[in-house]
Amino acid sequence: MLAQLITSFIASAGFGIIFNAPRASLLQCGISGMLGWMVYILLYESLTPVSASLIATVIVGGISQIFARIYKTPVIIFSVAGIIPLVPGGLAYNAMRKFVENDYSVAMELAAQAAMISGSIALGLVLSEVMNQMIRRVIK
Amino acid sequence: MDQPSTISRAIFEIMDTCLLAGKIMLQSGAETYRVEDTMIRIAETLGIPGSHSYVTPTVIMFSTNGTDPAKLIRIAERTTDLHKIAQVNLVSRRISSGELNVQEAYELLKVIEAAPSEYSVRLRIIAAAIASGCFSIMFQGSWADFLPAVVAGGVGYAASLYLHRWVQVKFFAELSAAFLIGLLAAIFINWGWGHQLDKIIIGSIMPLVPGLLITNAIRDLMAGHLVSGISKGADALLTAFATGSGVAIVLTFIY
Repeated sequence: MLAQLITSFIASAGFGIIFNAPRASLLQCGISGMLGWMVYILLYESLTPVSASLIATVIVGGISQIFARIYKTPVIIFSVAGIIPLVPGGLAYNAMRKFVENDYSVAMELAAQAAMISGSIALGLVLSEVMNQMIRRVIK
Repeated sequence: MDQPSTISRAIFEIMDTCLLAGKIMLQSGAETYRVEDTMIRIAETLGIPGSHSYVTPTVIMFSTNGTDPAKLIRIAERTTDLHKIAQVNLVSRRISSGELNVQEAYELLKVIEAAPSEYSVRLRIIAAAIASGCFSIMFQGSWADFLPAVVAGGVGYAASLYLHRWVQVKFFAELSAAFLIGLLAAIFINWGWGHQLDKIIIGSIMPLVPGLLITNAIRDLMAGHLVSGISKGADALLTAFATGSGVAIVLTFIY
């Protein structure tokens, strides 16, 4: 668990560097990625991976909105690095492998699942944005 | 006679500033709605209300209201550079608060456009390598797979960067990089260095996976930017196909 915490932090911050995030925001990139990954790991056993990534992305989006408010920078800087651990790279790889092994039915199943997870990540980001707008309106 | 030409020159200056801001943002991988929003907002605060901007991943069109000609900019190359997005956003904020006038803003945007990326290529490769190692652990790999993933991920990311500069065809660069990753992972396993081939490959290809593009594409679609969404989706699918088939070539030899 501790290993997961540390590796997800480093991986997200590393992606911050790959995407040329401002130096001052690397720490926050790591934190949002770590939080998202933690939520995902805790939930994906009891829920399905799709709903677990949806909830994790909403949390990543929420944290990113808060960071964006504090540091007065666009939300995308924090959310991009934060969602990277949730991207279904492993599923996409396994789907590809099954295609190569001529196991098309399993491959299609995995590919569909990868597509569903990508969709839920995007949906989660949009949801957190909508929630942020609603909260702002209520406060005003 | 003099009056109209000075007015239209002022409008052209504002348009140029808006277009430059939009161009930098789009080339740095900002979302479509953010690019359009920033351009329209800059135009509004500088004195052109009711302008229209239409942004797709390859072109920006911008027209002010009335009879002035519209302008168009072609975007050839897109990368992800969050630092530049943040800087253009800052300039836009300063224009809104009245700190900058048109000329100052234009000069500042020129500086931002010409600035080199925040991190050196070497540092980015190291970051990709370490991130690859971490991903192999996150996907339930063992610590024995950490170092092989670091090496394969670093080499793969470096290969994609340099090959892209060399051949200019993104698809080919990604395919070869993924092939190299698969090959390296297979060699490491053959040497008894690392336990699980799958975990090493998954970790190492993560820097090449178009995660940002896919999510941006779906967000654009949801926001009603249908053309941008579909073309970004096609771009992401092509990249996914390239990395997938690069690895698949290696896998066909193994299985």
